[in-house]
Amino acid sequence: MAETQIPVTVLTGYLGAGKTTLLNRILSENHGKRYAVVVNEFGEIGIDNDLIVESDEEIYEMNNGCVCCTVRGDLIRVVEGLMKRPEGFDGILVETTGLANPAPVAQTFFMDDEVKARARLDAVVTVADAKNLAARLADAPEAEEQIGFADVILLNKTDLVTPEELAGIERRIRAMNPHAVIHRTERCAIPIERVLDRGSFDLDRILSLDPDFLDGSHEDEHDHHHDHDGHDHHDHDHDHHHDNAVTSVSLRGGDLDPDLIFPWISRITQEKGPDILRLKGILAVKDDPDRYVVQGVHMIIEGDHQRAWRDDEKRESRLVFIGRNLDEEKLRTAFEACLA
Amino acid sequence: MATIREFPFGAFVVETAFIDGVAAFALGDGTVRLVKDAAAESFLVHSGAILSAVPTLDGKLLVTGGDDGRVAATDAKGEVKLLAEHPRKWVDHVATGPNGAVARAVGRQVFVTAGGNEKTFDLPRAAGGLAFAPKGLRLAVARYDGVSLFFAGTDAPPVELPWKGAHLTVIFSPDGRNVVTAMQENALHGWRLDDGKDMRMSGYPAKTRSLAWTAKGRFLATSGANAAILWPFHFKDGPMGKQPVQLAPREVLVSRVAAHPKRETVAIGYQDGMILLADIADAKETLLRRPGEDPVSALAFDAKGNRLAFGTESGAGGVIDIG
Repeated sequence: MAETQIPVTVLTGYLGAGKTTLLNRILSENHGKRYAVVVNEFGEIGIDNDLIVESDEEIYEMNNGCVCCTVRGDLIRVVEGLMKRPEGFDGILVETTGLANPAPVAQTFFMDDEVKARARLDAVVTVADAKNLAARLADAPEAEEQIGFADVILLNKTDLVTPEELAGIERRIRAMNPHAVIHRTERCAIPIERVLDRGSFDLDRILSLDPDFLDGSHEDEHDHHHDHDGHDHHDHDHDHHHDNAVTSVSLRGGDLDPDLIFPWISRITQEKGPDILRLKGILAVKDDPDRYVVQGVHMIIEGDHQRAWRDDEKRESRLVFIGRNLDEEKLRTAFEACLA
Repeated sequence: MATIREFPFGAFVVETAFIDGVAAFALGDGTVRLVKDAAAESFLVHSGAILSAVPTLDGKLLVTGGDDGRVAATDAKGEVKLLAEHPRKWVDHVATGPNGAVARAVGRQVFVTAGGNEKTFDLPRAAGGLAFAPKGLRLAVARYDGVSLFFAGTDAPPVELPWKGAHLTVIFSPDGRNVVTAMQENALHGWRLDDGKDMRMSGYPAKTRSLAWTAKGRFLATSGANAAILWPFHFKDGPMGKQPVQLAPREVLVSRVAAHPKRETVAIGYQDGMILLADIADAKETLLRRPGEDPVSALAFDAKGNRLAFGTESGAGGVIDIG
């Protein structure tokens, strides 16, 4: 049974941010691909075809001792049903409701053996409303999760904010999520290939933790990587950083001792799993000529050797945690204790 | 080896059953194929994939539910009758019961048609599976955290059988005294109806998708492991405290089981397409089909146990004469 797995893109974001606009664009554009779309309600989707499936969100808690391992039971059923059709399709788009936590959707593609055999998670794409995101982050933990979980963020409705406001909210997002690629958009106008087929969960395709490194295709982009106004500066919007807000911790170092780093990663994700939304790392392991890549969602961690370090490449270990209640100092100390 | 007649149906075989002695196959392309002797005829029943299919108790019709929202009944001549339609929705499960009763699950609703009447049950969450009791008009609906037993002829509230977790496939034992479910976590659960006693059946490496009662309901044969797992139900206290019988272990998972209607023999289909017969008494195995590429997705004996119909995920299907 060696079928290739169908890529799944999870589309999340608050009501009114522009998810449906993006979905309609993906479905109506002439790219010659067939996508199945799973939505909570048919709603404003302008296109009617038999690949749009309405599905009521059903969260199953797994009784395997892992208290934060939840899955979307309805998606398991939908994926199984779609796989019975003889005509294939190129991908599945799952649109979540505004208040949804992306974790159960993502976890479904790791926790169910049959779904895992047939489908693979490609990326979590979050559409955020540039004007209202700050307010959402202040009053809803789900908004923070949607930003923290994302691989691609469309900072939409840029026409409704000033350049300063835009830079400010983008800095805020960047502080929470250092590895997501952020695109500034109006009406979600963006080439589809920036959103689909990202390979964000594919260990082989994690080339860099630096979001600017887009497989060499970023030259023509005029949107943003660095702050134009230069160096570090304090975030002027200190507001509303409540205690367990989503933040990120980026760790760097040289070669790591394999007898220390792997047990530590395993332990920290089991202990702090519920608080860790995403984890990504490219590790240089002592005496190992290959890069070791890890990525995780809560307690679900995957890692593997990827490719050899190139001669012109600096052997550097980088690990990024995105989550809540992250004790930066403790994490840094523990990570540095694993250096070879 | 037994003779096997195989056809390249070309679409996922969702279910197979004998209808009036004719082998019927419900496929992912929406067709029902009927095989009489050497030829297979195709009848278009759904405009999308068939999601669920089950024969009526009298063996004369194959009831199917599709992702086109339709419920249909097909007879051995290929005549199709539309029983119900739910536009833009999926019919996730269908079940057939005594006196021609038919039930269907459409998301968070269950509809029961019996004696010309239709009753609707609204559920707080989607149904994981449906099954009628062998007698009367009782319908078991597998749900999250247990099973609800509806008395479909009345407005009485359902009897709840609680057990934490997501329950999917549900079946009654042939004597109607037990209800068993297959769960999202790799385990089965059962309830003895007269006192609600719980039965845990666990230890599976994978989910159980296929369950079959052997002749006289002595064993419950199940898939989800590297051997067919048979739980003994012929003791006073059911399977509790008993070791299951494990038949025909291989290095691949069992994907489908079917029980011979008369003998204590089980047909076992594997993830690699192999099919064999195994006798419960002495574990003797008879190879029926060599491994192919794809999992066996459907398996059914005819009423006398002379033929075995089978189907695979990639659309191979056919009939094996066991004689």
